[in-house]
This record gives sequence, structure tokens and C-alpha cells, in this order.
Amino acid sequence: MGLKVPFVTGYLTEHFGDDAFPTLEGYRAKGGYEAARKALGSMTPDEVIELMKTAGLQGRGGAGFVTGLKWSFMPKKGDKPRYIACNADESEPGSFKDRILLERGAHQMLEGILIGAWAMQAEKTFIYVRGEYAHPAACVQRAIDECYAAGILGANCLGTGFRHDVVLTRGAGAYICGEETGLLESLEGKKGQPRKKPPFPAEYGAFGMPTTVNNVETFSHVPHIVAKGADWFRGFGTEKSPGTTIFGVSGHVARPGLFELPLGTRLDEIVFQHAGGVPNGRKVKGVIPGGMSMPILPAGQLDVAMANEFLRERKTMLGTGGIMVMDDTTCMVRASCVITYFFRDESCGQCTQCREGTGWLHKLVTRIERGAGSIEDIEILADVTSKMEGQTICAFADAAAWPVQGMLRHFREDFELHVEHKKCPFPESFEL
Amino acid sequence: MVISDAAREKIRAEMAKYPKPEGALLAALHLVQKQTGHISGETAQEIADLFGIHPIRVMEVVTFYNMFYDEPQGRHHVHVCTNLPCSLRGARELLRGLEAHLGIEAGETTKDGRVTLAHEECLGACGYAPMLRVDETYHENLDLAAAKRILDELE
Ligand SMILES: Cc1cc2nc3c(=O)[nH]c(=O)nc-3n(C[C@H](O)[C@H](O)[C@H](O)COP(=O)(O)O)c2cc1C
Ligand code: SF4
Ligand code: FES
Repeated sequence: MGLKVPFVTGYLTEHFGDDAFPTLEGYRAKGGYEAARKALGSMTPDEVIELMKTAGLQGRGGAGFVTGLKWSFMPKKGDKPRYIACNADESEPGSFKDRILLERGAHQMLEGILIGAWAMQAEKTFIYVRGEYAHPAACVQRAIDECYAAGILGANCLGTGFRHDVVLTRGAGAYICGEETGLLESLEGKKGQPRKKPPFPAEYGAFGMPTTVNNVETFSHVPHIVAKGADWFRGFGTEKSPGTTIFGVSGHVARPGLFELPLGTRLDEIVFQHAGGVPNGRKVKGVIPGGMSMPILPAGQLDVAMANEFLRERKTMLGTGGIMVMDDTTCMVRASCVITYFFRDESCGQCTQCREGTGWLHKLVTRIERGAGSIEDIEILADVTSKMEGQTICAFADAAAWPVQGMLRHFREDFELHVEHKKCPFPESFEL
Repeated sequence: MVISDAAREKIRAEMAKYPKPEGALLAALHLVQKQTGHISGETAQEIADLFGIHPIRVMEVVTFYNMFYDEPQGRHHVHVCTNLPCSLRGARELLRGLEAHLGIEAGETTKDGRVTLAHEECLGACGYAPMLRVDETYHENLDLAAAKRILDELE
């Protein structure tokens, strides 16, 4: 039932093979909660935020916003309670890293949350776990219960007089609840429809109170930064993108799974060395580098460092670090059918461009895949994606448009061949 | 009354965790659905009464989320992930094999009410594909024979 330990580990996952590590006792045996003791006991909230800014940790939920900066946006004092929402909705296709951080490292994440709570003087954290993650949620709940029993959470955290409570909330199957304001709506017991911004969550968040939303992995890095310092943290990764991250590799590789590696590790190194390359004597055709919302790269462009400053030059992004590998049997129109089906299904429907646009994308690629499409359909496809970008309440519509744009940028020929042959010309491709 | 006293007790405990009781609505639906299998109009009314909200608010939430059902379901949910990473590794063939094995199509329930079969979007198991979810349990790295065995053992 539980996930396998990553093939390559770093500071986040080095103890994940130890079956005691998910327990409080096992976590403490590895120095657990010493960083929280240090932060709450000997650092001011502002010092913690400064440290996070210097460390330069970027959020690992997909958008890559600098965590210290986000924390500094929380209003300082006032009579309103401040909240944290930990985003454990992990539903981006291709991503499965947060799951292992919940199953094997719940205390590491909770320690990061507690440090964040101190820094932002937040009184409560809601951990929003996707509904399907029953086992990971149980692992987190057990860790929360242990923390209350041990006085780490509650009225007097670690004996410092600071109060913090943690509530576990389970989602119920909706991708859009991973978008931070969709998540906030869902926390309030509503449909997970994203909110118009501004106001941003730091001003008007969960239940109308100032709230900071961070990803599971983001919080998991925090205790390490507090314990070992910003310089140590910056020793991993690139200058602009410090630290490690957990890459998830799926699709046509010999060793699919999780790999914790520094940001900036080359994509071809991950695919060919760590994940064992493409099996059955096949070659790579394309790789989606960061979860399904991120545009694909063709085989010739895998010599790229996995960090946003480099990926952007190739018109794609790190996203959640979910790497999907497709071999040379793969029909990219079929792949586009699967991708557009997902986005059509998961659109929350509030914005016309998104609701109608995702439907059109799916209809057009399906028509082309069946051999009933025209060259004009390919043009319309490109046009629809351009009209969906930057127009909507949330970034979902962009996330739906980008992968199709990537397919057209690098594999337009696949689409044209379907039109020309009036059928799918890739008989060996995966089945739809 | 559909909702047991024990469940009501648990729901009240969940309500207390949120600044506004309505925050516990998803938790309440999970709890109740575990007993009842789906959320009928009558059940929605009882939940609405517990929260002091209109039943339409409850049904709105039920229909928005994939994991809540407003119609009766099989005793077990078998969901095969068919998103891209799983499809690349044979998820569609697996789903078709299970359709044939059970004699139903995805989205349907077996006549004896034992299994509802469906496809689902990415479940966070992409590296261990193909996979399926039986109720709350994941089964990963499957082939058709292994998947059939899992289904045959369900009561
Ligand atoms: C459609 C959509 C889905 C998202 N899903 C997730 C998710 O499942 N998990 C997550 O952490 N962030 C997700 N995000 C990003 C969040 O909105 C938010 O940026 C993130 O949780 C912030 O945390 P971070 O700064 O620690 O990365 C999603 C964004 C969009 C637009
Ligand atoms: S962009 Fe799409 S998902 Fe986001 S709010 Fe608009 S309709 Fe909903
Ligand atoms: S694609 Fe099937 S679990 Fe992610």
C-alpha cells in the first residue's frame, strides 16, 4: 500500500527507508523537532522570515514563488486570527512526491508547519489532503495526534507558551481544489471554485482571515534550513533555484519512481541515468518535465537543467517536477486527447474561456486523432489556446492551454500526418 | 433517521475544529457516505439540518466532488487510473480487461451490486502504473491477472 522509498535520496528523504521515521520517537531519534525548538526558543518571527528569504526556498507546489517573501506578506499584528493552509491536494498528473512526504515524513512536514506558524504568528493550520489519499491522511493524523500527546502542538508548543493547532481536512476528488483559493473555498465546506484575486489570501484567506498557502514539500524543507542555515541550503541546486526537490519519473522508463536531486540536475541525466532510460530498445520521443500542465520537450532538448531559469528558455517550467517520458511509439495526438480530456473534466466552469475552451480543445484533438480533422482544425486548436491564456479567474485555463501549445510547437507533424492519412498513423502507440 | 447518533457525535467534533461549523461539511459527507454508500435527498436534508443550512447547499457540494455520490453505488468502488502516465503503461488495456471480466462497462455496477467499475484521473501513483484503487486502498504495478485476483476476492 505504501509508496516505495525514492531511488535517490537527499536530506528530505534520507531516512524514508527507516520504518521508525514516521513515528515521533523515530523522528526525534534523527534530531526531529530540534529546529522548531531553535526557532520558537531563540529566534524572533522576523528572524525566521529573514532566514527563509536568504535561503531563497521556492515553493514546490508548482508556481515556484519564494517562500520567505510569501510569509512576509502576512499582516503583522491585528485582532484577526492568522491561518496556514498546507496544500496536500497533489492532483497534478505525473506528480506523486507529496504522497511519500506524507506517508514517510509527516513529522518533518509538521515541524516545518510549526516553524512557519511561529514566523507568521498563525494560530491554526489546515492540512488539506486530497480525498483519495486515505492512507497518507491516516499517517498525518497519527503524527498530529502524537504531537498533541507530546505537547509539540496545542496550547503550549514545546513548552514555549506559543499556541498552535493543526486540523486535517480531506478533499473529495476535485483537481481544482489544489489551486490555492479553490482550496480555501473547499476548506469552508463549499464547491472548490477559485476566487477572484485580489484580495489575495494573505489579506482574505480561509474563513476571511489572513492565510498563507504552502505546499507539503515546501514545509518539509523548512526544518532543514532552520537547523543548518541558508548557506548550507544554497549549497544545493542553482544560484536562483536552491535546494533539492523530489522528481517523480513515470511513463516509458526502465525505473519509474521518485528521485530526490538538486534543482538544476539535467533532465537527460534524470531520464537516462537515474530512471534507466527507455526500455525495449526504443528511443525517447518527448518528455513532459513538470507535471501535465507544463509544455513538452522533444528528444533533442533534454540537455536542460531542471530549474525554472533554464526551463523557461525552452518555453516550459519545472511545475511539480513530475517527469513523464514518452517513447518513439507514442502518438502525440493521442497524448493530447488524454491531456485535454482531463482539463475538460476538471474545469470548475466559472469562466467562459476555460469552460468552453477546454471543451473545444478536447473536441478538436479527438477529431484529429480519429482522422476526421482538417489543417484548419490545427489552426483553430492553436487559436483557442491563445484565447484561453491570461483571461481567467485562475491559472487552470493557462495550465490547460500550455501543454497543447507545447505539442503543436514540437510535434505539429504528428497532427498533420493524421489529417493527411485520415487516420492515426502510429499503430504501435499506447491505447486510448 | 439515516445518520446514527455516533456519526452525529463525530460530526459535531469535526465542526468544533473550524472557525465556522460549515468547514466540516466535507468531513460530514465522508462520514455519512461511509455508512450509507451515497447521499440521498433524505440524507442531505438531515446533514443540512445538522449544519443549519439549506439542503441545496449540501447537494451542490455532493455533485461538485467526484468522491460523493447522489445515487446508489456498488459495495466496492474499483477505479482504474487512465491519465497519461498510467495509459502509457497499459491502463486502458487493464480497464478493458476488467470490463470483460465483470461483464460491465466503466461507470456501471455489477448486477449483484458487488462492484462499481470506473476510470479515474491521476491518483498520485504514476510511477507504479498501471494501478487501481479499491475503495480506500491503492493497488499498484498491476497486470490484468493480478487485478482480476484483487476483484475476485472482494465480497
Ligand atoms: C489548477 C491548479 C492546481 C494546483 N494544484 C496544486 C496542488 O495540488 N498542490 C499544490 O501544492 N499546489 C497546487 N497549485 C498551486 C497552488 O495554487 C499554490 O501556488 C501553491 O499551493 C502554493 O504553495 P507553494 O508556494 O509552497 O508552492 C495548483 C495551482 C493551480 C492553478
Ligand atoms: S480558469 Fe477554469 S478552473 Fe479556474 S476559475 Fe476559471 S473556469 Fe474555474
Ligand atoms: S497517471 Fe495514474 S496515478 Fe498518475
